[in-house]
Amino acid sequence: MKQLLSGNEAIALGAYHAGVRVASAYPGTPSTEILENLARFHDVYAEWSINEKVALEVGLGAAIGGVRALVSMKHVGLNVAADAFFAASMVGVRGGLVVVSADDPGIHSSQNEQDNRHYGRFAKVPMLEPSDSQEAYSLMAPAFRLSEELDSPILVRTTTRISHGKSVVDVNGDRPEVGPPPPFVHSPSKYVMVPSYARRRHSLTEQRMLRAAQLFEEFPLNEVVWGDRKLGVISAGVAYQYAREAFPQASFLKLVTTYPPPQRLIRSFAAEVETLLVVEELDPFLEELIKSMGIAVEGKALFPITGELNTQIVLQGAMKAGLVSGTPAEAAATTPASNSLPPRPPLLCPGCPHRGVAYVLGRLGFGPKGSIPGTRVGGRRGKQWHIVTSDIGCYTLMVNSPLFAIDSCVCMGASIGMAHGLEKAGVAEKTVAVLGDSTFMHAGIPGLVNMVYNRSHSTVIVLDNQTTAMTGHQGHPAAGRSARNEEAPRVDIAELAGGIGVKDVNVISAFNLKEIEGAIRRCTANDEPSVVVVRGACPLYERIGGTALRVNEERCNGCKLCLDIGCPAITFDGDKACIVPATCVGESCALCFQVCARKAIEKAGD
Amino acid sequence: MLERVDVFMTGVGGQGVIMASDILAEVALATGYDVKKTDSLGMAQRGGSVTSHVRMAEKVFSPMITQGGADFLVAFERLEAVRFSGLLRPEGIAIVDSAAVLPLSVINEGYHYPSIDEVWESLSAITRRVCVLPAMEMATTLGNPRACSVLYLGFLSVFLEIPERIWLDEIRKHLPQRLHEVNLAAFGAGVEVARERPKDEGE
Repeated sequence: MKQLLSGNEAIALGAYHAGVRVASAYPGTPSTEILENLARFHDVYAEWSINEKVALEVGLGAAIGGVRALVSMKHVGLNVAADAFFAASMVGVRGGLVVVSADDPGIHSSQNEQDNRHYGRFAKVPMLEPSDSQEAYSLMAPAFRLSEELDSPILVRTTTRISHGKSVVDVNGDRPEVGPPPPFVHSPSKYVMVPSYARRRHSLTEQRMLRAAQLFEEFPLNEVVWGDRKLGVISAGVAYQYAREAFPQASFLKLVTTYPPPQRLIRSFAAEVETLLVVEELDPFLEELIKSMGIAVEGKALFPITGELNTQIVLQGAMKAGLVSGTPAEAAATTPASNSLPPRPPLLCPGCPHRGVAYVLGRLGFGPKGSIPGTRVGGRRGKQWHIVTSDIGCYTLMVNSPLFAIDSCVCMGASIGMAHGLEKAGVAEKTVAVLGDSTFMHAGIPGLVNMVYNRSHSTVIVLDNQTTAMTGHQGHPAAGRSARNEEAPRVDIAELAGGIGVKDVNVISAFNLKEIEGAIRRCTANDEPSVVVVRGACPLYERIGGTALRVNEERCNGCKLCLDIGCPAITFDGDKACIVPATCVGESCALCFQVCARKAIEKAGD
Repeated sequence: MLERVDVFMTGVGGQGVIMASDILAEVALATGYDVKKTDSLGMAQRGGSVTSHVRMAEKVFSPMITQGGADFLVAFERLEAVRFSGLLRPEGIAIVDSAAVLPLSVINEGYHYPSIDEVWESLSAITRRVCVLPAMEMATTLGNPRACSVLYLGFLSVFLEIPERIWLDEIRKHLPQRLHEVNLAAFGAGVEVARERPKDEGE
């Protein structure tokens, strides 16, 4: 049956039809929907793990227990899981273990655009890359079979356009009968990596990669398309689609098995074509592998190493090199000449519980020092200067106008370690870490323990909205919701902080500016580590709705103070503020009501 | 042989761009096209620019429409129409909502928001087939502003050789029962606007 599926839906369905029994993940764009889709099948155990490292360990445990397991994450998630990933490569599996890394070329929603194909080579894990949803579906069964045959995890690498793009899939498989796990086989020489056993496993790992390279020569999803033999293109993933469209006449070798490379297949293809080209996004991964085989090939000299490719960029590069006729001018860049147009960056949503903290931080003089021309920088309003280290989540948007409330956003959990490091460096400013509840559970706890142990004076603000909001509202331990959105045991962040040894723990409302300001002032003046848990539900998750606030036009003098909270529901009609009734969440938020100096904003019933 | 059709949709997060393109892609599949669809949402749930590419043909390779390649530009908001006008092919069809959704950069930082005349001017450099219509307003009158996404589909349907039955089936499949009536009415309104609009000088 033909279905229109995203790559992530296709991976989930392919894994289901391949008999996957355990699935674990931490949400991260563009990988999140893989686990969400697997969680819909009641004969798959699916969990949100607290982070990618734990998720991978869960998958490895299931695999050595003899069942098929899938672990999915975004590209930077594999950094977090790298220790477990390398370990899994050494000890191998019993049931198949597939690790999906969804990369984000173009940085649609990430902090970098690292190329995770290097992890295949680095960890010596065979790697597959789908070029559309059909392949994403079709490669799952062979991936699990290969994992078992090679006694190795398999890395499936996708990118945003594959994971989130939808294309047609002929769904021809079905769920096999999946029995209980076989009896556990005690095998310390395989699973206990003391040096004597580890040395032996390393040799076996090397042998396995040679065997994988052999098997990949015959891998059915690799494909040669013969056209004009003047130009031969080797490509994989979505880049293959751009290349096919850019060079309709050329010959193609489309690789699904990108590591270890099938050398015979590459050599025989290269021998048949006059000019060989590699089209790939990000690093010259295939290009360097092919060059190391002694084959002349063009690649990154023609195409950018940063960002996503598209048909025009590919065509442009080839034209410049004279590989196809035409002048580069014919292929314009995809980004329209729109620099003079008003930007429309994403904003914190109306009713967002992060807004109050961002506004108060600005008012108190947190945030970037100095002014940004043409804007009213939050930091300029305060007298005392502070440094705000932030983290990965919706609250990263506090960096934008008009909030300007944060100084850093680096990687999961880094806010806490960096605040502490800045303090220990002896900076004059007070240091404050700001992170969300899900991020705190993911990587914040060790940082907080470290702060207590090393006598930090910094303040940690946990923005507790009871969900993993940015990736689309997944459950986590402090929200007490499971991957199937059922009730689950709940970890209380304030109690956890107390248990770690933080004495100054505060729990406050996200929508009370006075309370937020009081807590932050007091905590930053302390000579001890402090935690402020700021509670307020995500309005998109809880579907909070109420009667919109309204502007009393007679009282409004158009001072624009209300715009400082950066609420998309507040706009200007001529020289007076006005509130868009359809987007305002009502008095559960009412931050604008609190900031208006002229009492010109009214709640319903006032 | 099914003719290639590239539809580019854009708007502001929360307006229903993704839903409209999802329905369109399913309609294409049900008609027998090969189809690919890709979106750009940026980071946030609401409020930022949203774009969606839907490509249908006998065989589709790249999921993204090339610059100057879109047969249709459907803009749920007029600033986004100008921002992405470069995707429209010469003499392609532009459908633009006349409603204004001001970004904060206009209110707070002094950027200029394009007037309807300026939007006309900018698109007319590419095509004579421009239709500015109050879709959001029409959908609101019908009972639900969000039905404007289906109104655009009605408009598009007039130009595509796809049986009406397929459109209506997919709209029903995608929406809960309680929204069927208002959305089918919106589809009909879109069809009507497209049929009634003055014939293009170029045709």
